[in-house]
Amino acid sequence: MSDALAAHGAHGHAHHPAQQHHFDTLDQQHEAATLGMWLFLITEVLFFGGLFLAYMLYRVWYPAAWSEASLELNVVLGGVNTAVLIASSLTMAMAVRGAQTGLRRATMGWLVLTMVFGLTFLVIKYFEYAEKIEHHHVPGPTFAFPGPNAGPAEIYFSLYFLMTGLHATHMVIGFGILSVILWMAYKNRFSPEWYTPVEISGLYWHFVDIVWIFLFPLLYLVDRAHHFA
Amino acid sequence: MDTTVTAPRVTYLNHEHTLASWLLTKDHKRIGILYMIVVTFAFFLGGIFASLIRLELTTPAGDLLSADTYNKMFTMHGVAMVFFVLIPAVPAILGNFVLPLMLGAKDVAFPKLNLISWYLFTIGFLFTVYALVAGGVDTGWTFYTPYSSRASNTNVMATGLGVFITGFSSILTGLNFMVTIHRMRAPGLTWFRLPLFVWAVYSTALVMILGTPVIAITVLALAIERFLHFGIFDAALGGDPVLFQHMFWFYSHPAVYIMILPPMGAISEVIAAFSRKSIFGYAFVAFSSLAIAIFGFLVWAHHMFVSGISVYSALVFSFLTYAVAIPSAVKTFNWAATMYRGAIWLKAPMIWAIGFLGLFLVGGLTGLFTAALGVDVHLHDTYFVVAHFHYIMVGGAIMGYFAGLHFWWPKITGRMYSDIWAKVAAIIVFTGFNLTFGPQFIVGYLGMPRRYYAYPEEFQVLNVLSSAGASILGLGYTLIAIYLVASLFKGERVGANPWHATGLEWTTQSPPLPHNFEKQPVVTEDAYEYTKREIKVV
Amino acid sequence: MFPRISLFPAQASTMAAQVDLLYLFIVGVTAFFGILTTIVVIVFAVKYRTNDPLKVGDRIHGSIPLELAWSIIPFIISIVIFWWSAVVFFDLQRPPDQTLEIYATGKRWMWKFQHLDGQNEINELHVPMGRPIKVTFTSEDVLHSLFFPAFRTKADAIPGRYSSVWFTPTKLGEYHLFCAEYCGTKHSGMIGRVVVMEPAAYQAWLSGSVPGMSLAARGERLFSELACNTCHLDDGRGRGPSLVNKFGASEQLASGGAVPVDEAYVRESILRPQSKIVAGYQPLMPTFQGLVSEENVMALVEYVKSLRATAQAAAPAAAHAESTAPGAPQESR
Repeated sequence: MSDALAAHGAHGHAHHPAQQHHFDTLDQQHEAATLGMWLFLITEVLFFGGLFLAYMLYRVWYPAAWSEASLELNVVLGGVNTAVLIASSLTMAMAVRGAQTGLRRATMGWLVLTMVFGLTFLVIKYFEYAEKIEHHHVPGPTFAFPGPNAGPAEIYFSLYFLMTGLHATHMVIGFGILSVILWMAYKNRFSPEWYTPVEISGLYWHFVDIVWIFLFPLLYLVDRAHHFA
Repeated sequence: MDTTVTAPRVTYLNHEHTLASWLLTKDHKRIGILYMIVVTFAFFLGGIFASLIRLELTTPAGDLLSADTYNKMFTMHGVAMVFFVLIPAVPAILGNFVLPLMLGAKDVAFPKLNLISWYLFTIGFLFTVYALVAGGVDTGWTFYTPYSSRASNTNVMATGLGVFITGFSSILTGLNFMVTIHRMRAPGLTWFRLPLFVWAVYSTALVMILGTPVIAITVLALAIERFLHFGIFDAALGGDPVLFQHMFWFYSHPAVYIMILPPMGAISEVIAAFSRKSIFGYAFVAFSSLAIAIFGFLVWAHHMFVSGISVYSALVFSFLTYAVAIPSAVKTFNWAATMYRGAIWLKAPMIWAIGFLGLFLVGGLTGLFTAALGVDVHLHDTYFVVAHFHYIMVGGAIMGYFAGLHFWWPKITGRMYSDIWAKVAAIIVFTGFNLTFGPQFIVGYLGMPRRYYAYPEEFQVLNVLSSAGASILGLGYTLIAIYLVASLFKGERVGANPWHATGLEWTTQSPPLPHNFEKQPVVTEDAYEYTKREIKVV
Repeated sequence: MFPRISLFPAQASTMAAQVDLLYLFIVGVTAFFGILTTIVVIVFAVKYRTNDPLKVGDRIHGSIPLELAWSIIPFIISIVIFWWSAVVFFDLQRPPDQTLEIYATGKRWMWKFQHLDGQNEINELHVPMGRPIKVTFTSEDVLHSLFFPAFRTKADAIPGRYSSVWFTPTKLGEYHLFCAEYCGTKHSGMIGRVVVMEPAAYQAWLSGSVPGMSLAARGERLFSELACNTCHLDDGRGRGPSLVNKFGASEQLASGGAVPVDEAYVRESILRPQSKIVAGYQPLMPTFQGLVSEENVMALVEYVKSLRATAQAAAPAAAHAESTAPGAPQESR
């Protein structure tokens, strides 16, 4: 093995500390990581896709129930959360920019802000869920919904909790990832040559935001125009 | 081969010895072997269930097992074999081992992720084993609602969770392989110089990435429906149980291609190597893999011709099913044509590959019956379908796995097994297989539904034949285990390239170095240049 | 000494011969190509075999004409099979106009058949020879599949939906009736027999078995018991649309568009009345989900169906309804 290692080391230039042994260059490592994250996001699209399919089917079958059930959601809280997430996407992009330009303190600042927005989202979501529990809108034996559309409305709320719950789970995971990235930034692991972890975490964070951008109108704004008019 | 080969001094097997060095390894070769251990165990388990099923079915009355136990047996047989044998066998075992070697890479793109994938796979498997020990599950491996969500009182949750977790192993493996193929190829190894096994693994990775998340969310939705009484598939609320079938088959049909594409790739390698020729129609074989992977996503509803889909959708899905049959036919013809004017060295891997051709041919051709709408109405959910998919999955995928395993075994272990016993095993398995599943085509057309624990007496003769075949099949598989294990201790040591094959994996020592190659290989020619005799490594 | 193994189930319907012919055609085609390919592989393996590992094959990389040939020829053959099988499939899915209607429900683990005249059977179905018969069915619990091997037809029974199969029996005798979709413990016990009888014998069987109220009459009684008739007045002046002559026609919806009035639509209107509102009416009707069993829904559907027959010469269902006074013995359950 020592021969092999010697041969491996013999071809010259000093490696960047972040470079893993099985890659030839840092560039190759960066490209692999980015491609990997994009592929992962494709799998995520299909993961959520199954629920979007169910949503579409039942919305076409039960438009009235969809409209009634959607009106039970708190559009103000949902709207605020949308704004919070869009803001967090901006701060995340700024954090990536900070890492790219080698500004350690700025990177850390933007990351903290992103995490604060993320946490705000989750707290608001908690209040929304609490409201649903109080109103017996959680599917299952305790579910209650007035009128003849109780059945399809229960399907609506099943999808609501599955979709937003899955999204919130992704937010929690994202929060964990950003904590690690923050710690790495604190330890000064990033430089203009190597900021791939920040970049791909950013990709993930933006993806989770985009999912919400679809969830918000689909769940909250089904038939609002009629009811505001 | 006459000269005694001395064992290489340092190999991936002997450079570290502790248990931790295996359980925490990031070496794709060791991870391949870790997969082999779990998969072999699952295969053994699934085989026991199969034996009990066949034993029960030797008599028309239900007398050996109780009906509930029988239902659990075929469910656990399906779950173990599909999710823990067929899907990982070739990609996760052979793919992990040879893919980076074929590419001239030191490892896959994400070695840590690769190890995590194995842990997810194993944890998923343990959940499933737990489900078994805690009383089993009886929904059929298809988990159809509302039976699975409302009626069954068995361990659907634990099994579903097992499948869900294993799904992530599959997703991450597919992702890892795809990035590896894109970014880790040796200098000079262009796309059209890649061995066809790599094309097959690439196509498989595509299916794993696009298909598996859908089964994950479907099983999750099912679990939540069962556990928290959500109602996405609940007819009582106005939900649609058939939606579950659509979502299930959107993955599970392409999953058939996860099972069969990599063995097809292994077959391309074996046939080229033992015909001493470049593969006939390289580009057609390569693109047929991709075509199968892509068309494979458009045919899921052919599992549902009698499940209340409209006649027009049935028409479309039947047509697309015929479209996906063509690339498989093209592959088969190209393999046959590769042998034309070759110098065919009939060693064990080639015998396994020829066995694959025979069984895959039957499996593929009987697919024409089940794709034919007018006939499928009669055949659907009968033993004809059972026979058809076993010809593809066992006759095709498992024969292909063994062809590949026999081909790369000397590379993996550095030792050669008994050629004659390997050929005997191939013939026993081939014979036993045909005797097991051949009669099922007939009993299926006669109308015997699948998943029947007791059946009318007129079906008995064919069922007894089938069970007899199964015991021969079991004997064949046991024989493989015996001579392969024996080869580990007594097998003749082999050099870098015992088959005189092309491909970068044969240019490094057997077993390979921990980091695969002494020097970065550089590729200057196409795959399978046997007429030039040796692949140049600068 | 050896028991005879038949290769085909009994051919007992008009469709059976058609399906078998197509099956045999595919057997012929696949056997030809299967055997041809096998022979080619074996001949090559024998003819070009060598024991010299250093010998190499000829330098052949492929042939575009051959590739095209073995792509296009199988494709054309596939299309022939596809076309033929689609024609057979359409015949299997489209019952002829005048069918004898039978209703069925699958539940774990039995099939219950309801004849129009009110006879009920469990795991047994008596049918007359030579008449097209349509079985409309659903499931009360999990998925089942109603499978008649001798008639070469089956369809899944799905909770919440109606499925149907049709066949014209052509041979007297008793044949298998299977549940083909796995449904739990006694899935393989959810079997029975279908008895094909001479039409005269069938009539005798009908009158010989327990004379219940006809299905349509039971439906009519339910129609008033459930107070459907307070809104669905015959003259169309009620709060709900009149149901006379509705079945088989098409209904204009408030949301725009039209829907054909078939069994599935009538069923949906009873159980989920809000999902499709007829143009010109208010969404007032309450749901009957959970209040009416699937068997009773079928009786109501049959009643609505019988209302279409008023224009035609006195419908047998209506005639039968006359003869069964309210005091008539009810079917036993």
